[in-house]
Amino acid sequence: MITYIIRRLFAAVVLLFIISAATFGIFYLIPRLVGATPETLATRYVGRAATPETVHLIAEKLGFYDPLWLQYGRWVKAIFTGADYNLGATVEHCPAPCFGYSFITKQPVWPELIDRLPVTLSLAVGAAILWLVLGLSIGTLSALRRGSFLDRAAMTFSLAGVSMPIFFTGMVSLLVFSYTLDWTAPGGSYTPFTESPSEWAYALLLPWLVLALQFSAQYARLTRAGMLETMGEDYIRTARAKGLKERDVNVKHGLRAALTPILTIFGLDFGLLLGGAVLTEQVFSLPGLGKYAVDAITNNDLPKVLGVTLMAAFFVVVANLIVDLLYAVVDPRVRLG
Amino acid sequence: MRKSRALVAGAAALALTLSAAACGGSDDKGSDNSGGAKPEFNAALTQVFNPSDKKGGTIRLANSGDWDTLDPGETYYGYSWNFLRLYGRGLLMFKPVPGAEGNTVTPDLAEGLGTPSDGGKTWTYKIRKGVKFEDGTEVTSKDVKYAVLRSIDKETFPNGPAYFEGFLNLPEGYKGPYKSKGVNTDSAITTPDDQTIVFHLKQAFGGFDYFAALPQTVPVPEAKDTGAKYKEHVVSTGPYKFETNELGKSFKLVRNDKWDAATDPNRKALPDAYEVQLNVNADDIDNRLLSGDLDVDVVGTGVQPATLGRVVGDPTLKASTDNPTLARLWYTSINPTVAPLDNVDCRKAIEYAADKVGYQTAYGGPLAGGDITGTILPPMIPGYEKFDLYPSADGTGDVAKAKEHLAACGQPNGFETNIAYRAERPKEKATAEALQQSLARVGIKLTLKPFPQGDYFSQYAGNPPYVKNNKLGLNLNGWGADWNDGFGFLSQIVDSRVIRETGGSSNTSVRIPEVDQLLDKASSETDAAKRDAYWAQIDKRVMEEAVILPGVTAKSLLIRPKTLSNVFVSDAYNMYDYLSLGVA
Repeated sequence: MITYIIRRLFAAVVLLFIISAATFGIFYLIPRLVGATPETLATRYVGRAATPETVHLIAEKLGFYDPLWLQYGRWVKAIFTGADYNLGATVEHCPAPCFGYSFITKQPVWPELIDRLPVTLSLAVGAAILWLVLGLSIGTLSALRRGSFLDRAAMTFSLAGVSMPIFFTGMVSLLVFSYTLDWTAPGGSYTPFTESPSEWAYALLLPWLVLALQFSAQYARLTRAGMLETMGEDYIRTARAKGLKERDVNVKHGLRAALTPILTIFGLDFGLLLGGAVLTEQVFSLPGLGKYAVDAITNNDLPKVLGVTLMAAFFVVVANLIVDLLYAVVDPRVRLG
Repeated sequence: MRKSRALVAGAAALALTLSAAACGGSDDKGSDNSGGAKPEFNAALTQVFNPSDKKGGTIRLANSGDWDTLDPGETYYGYSWNFLRLYGRGLLMFKPVPGAEGNTVTPDLAEGLGTPSDGGKTWTYKIRKGVKFEDGTEVTSKDVKYAVLRSIDKETFPNGPAYFEGFLNLPEGYKGPYKSKGVNTDSAITTPDDQTIVFHLKQAFGGFDYFAALPQTVPVPEAKDTGAKYKEHVVSTGPYKFETNELGKSFKLVRNDKWDAATDPNRKALPDAYEVQLNVNADDIDNRLLSGDLDVDVVGTGVQPATLGRVVGDPTLKASTDNPTLARLWYTSINPTVAPLDNVDCRKAIEYAADKVGYQTAYGGPLAGGDITGTILPPMIPGYEKFDLYPSADGTGDVAKAKEHLAACGQPNGFETNIAYRAERPKEKATAEALQQSLARVGIKLTLKPFPQGDYFSQYAGNPPYVKNNKLGLNLNGWGADWNDGFGFLSQIVDSRVIRETGGSSNTSVRIPEVDQLLDKASSETDAAKRDAYWAQIDKRVMEEAVILPGVTAKSLLIRPKTLSNVFVSDAYNMYDYLSLGVA
């Protein structure tokens, strides 16, 4: 068990390095391959009044004249040793772990990521609880009452939920519930949990619901399909024949067996969300990692893009590890080693 | 069967939500405190809407992106210059009044406008006594000098305007106070006493007062300067100072108790605070403005396409908007380096054949696109004269005249050439297609050539050898000035000397020696009225050569804040004046 975890963690670190090198390459190698010079890269970081001298200065300052491996090496080195950045009147030290320093906002990336993590975490955890409860119960009920009105209504609801993208449901629900009915908070109103739990929940209620609507729909359909399959298995018949209560048959034998594939999907979904619920954060203007990523990409702020990509990758890897460990709990047939 | 039923149900649910949304739009929730002013279309365009002197309250603003920077030495957006006057006082400023007067400069930190001497090579300003930083220290001329000099360091402030380093007589190789520490800069700026600052230029420049109105003259205390980090803690000289500044998220301005109204004839300072949210979804901003949950879209470039559709179709909504004209021209360069456009008659044929209504439609129509124009200068530029050398009855082009000129240039059946545009801009693509259609009427065949916008001027449309070799006869272009005067508007797009063989210039087609001379005469003229007379002359001369096809002067549609007082459009920034707003 322990060696398994250690092996997986080691693989994760290697994977993160590969991802960082790939992201770095996408930003620097590909433009170079299609003919970009250090100067053309630097023009993204100067204003419209910039003279060729200014562009040259900035290209030099950002190290664009150096070979690519040196630029990447410098970035990796800063993670372990930190780095200094000249700000004109002052020099700022970016302490280890220094996951880059923004070209544009003149901020170390790491503290910003840490600062935005709680927003995404709040969004993801709240929504995940909602969609698991909703999805699993709707799916189970549908499967048990297959063909009933309830089943059809639930499946219609979930089809609508899956089909409608968040930028649509988000905007419409904001318009209806926040701006017309005034029931929920307007976009962009996030309050940290530590400041006021009630305002925190009030601000996040609509994003939770919108996000959960999309996911719970998928989960309801998955649960229903899984349940239908397992409820037809021989051991369910055996359990019933043994005289077990119907509830125990459904939950302990039926749902538990149907849970394994859901757990797999959940690990991926939740990990991805922790890396940034991009659309939801964008629509509701929540200052989380997803919004951070979008803003960084629009501004061509590579150090930020690298940082947030790594963070997202980290969460997916960790979530998957946890899911693999949980298999052993959910499914007695699984042994880790 | 089951599936199709589900789809029907889903569609019905969707239709319900949509109609609920549509109803929500016209529902006016905010209180209507118009104070006598009638909320009608363009009510705040040339007069004050809802005038009041009531103090207190908080104004809520939102920005769909990040603020470029709050540092007065580097910021380079009109909205930011408009807003900056709340926390910074430069030597001069644009007058916070409605109408054309709003586009004139007026003393702010200085006691009066600049005094030119030496034929416009030296400019002297006297600084008011009693103006203080937020920590209570008095502002001196040395703080202004330091602020201007630090902004020259383009390694630290790469995004800022570059007028001062271009015009000041700085020592050779001077790189700003951080790198060139201790270098004597008296050849460029002298401060004979704490109240006087004198600028020494390399050549005479009559419009220096516009430079003095740049945020780069907002004083910066050297002891508090942290270089690129100063934007996080700007030391205020205005009526408001920063209470919080959460980078990339929000900031808040509150009253600065060291600001003395007696030293400041321009600012009313009505609200107690300004709250600004950053990186807010642009469509969400529009919805919040309409519902009254937000007061101002601080970027001030107008509503999103989705909102535009709603506003146009709803008279009640339209009555709560203003439609200012911007100092921005969308135009097409006609390149005389590409045959047969080296012949002026071939160029005139294009001027006549072009369908300007199509041009306007491509940019979004009369409300959001702009006004059809025959001049390069937009109307708010002092000295502007309205004319159209190539008129047509309904703006759709004069085919007969175009054919006459084609015959005169020896191409009676038309000719073929290419039109370049920025691939990422659907409006430019639509314009290129509209021109393709209208020019085809006289036999001029255009081939569309999209290019990536990042390299548009440096590699393609602004690169003279590329233009010539690849026969880019036409290229779509646009220009907005840093401030609304002829120099700011024309110097970068009609002066042949800004064209670089290596590429990168916005001027791609105007090479008229006479125009260069006129520009020189105008810029060294210190008498504003005489100077302004040159601009229309230059405009006409360029149009005679038919090297620019003006399309539309841009307009924007702004949602008027219903909860605020003293709302009016500033003619200097062509958006609401942020200095005068109050909470109704």
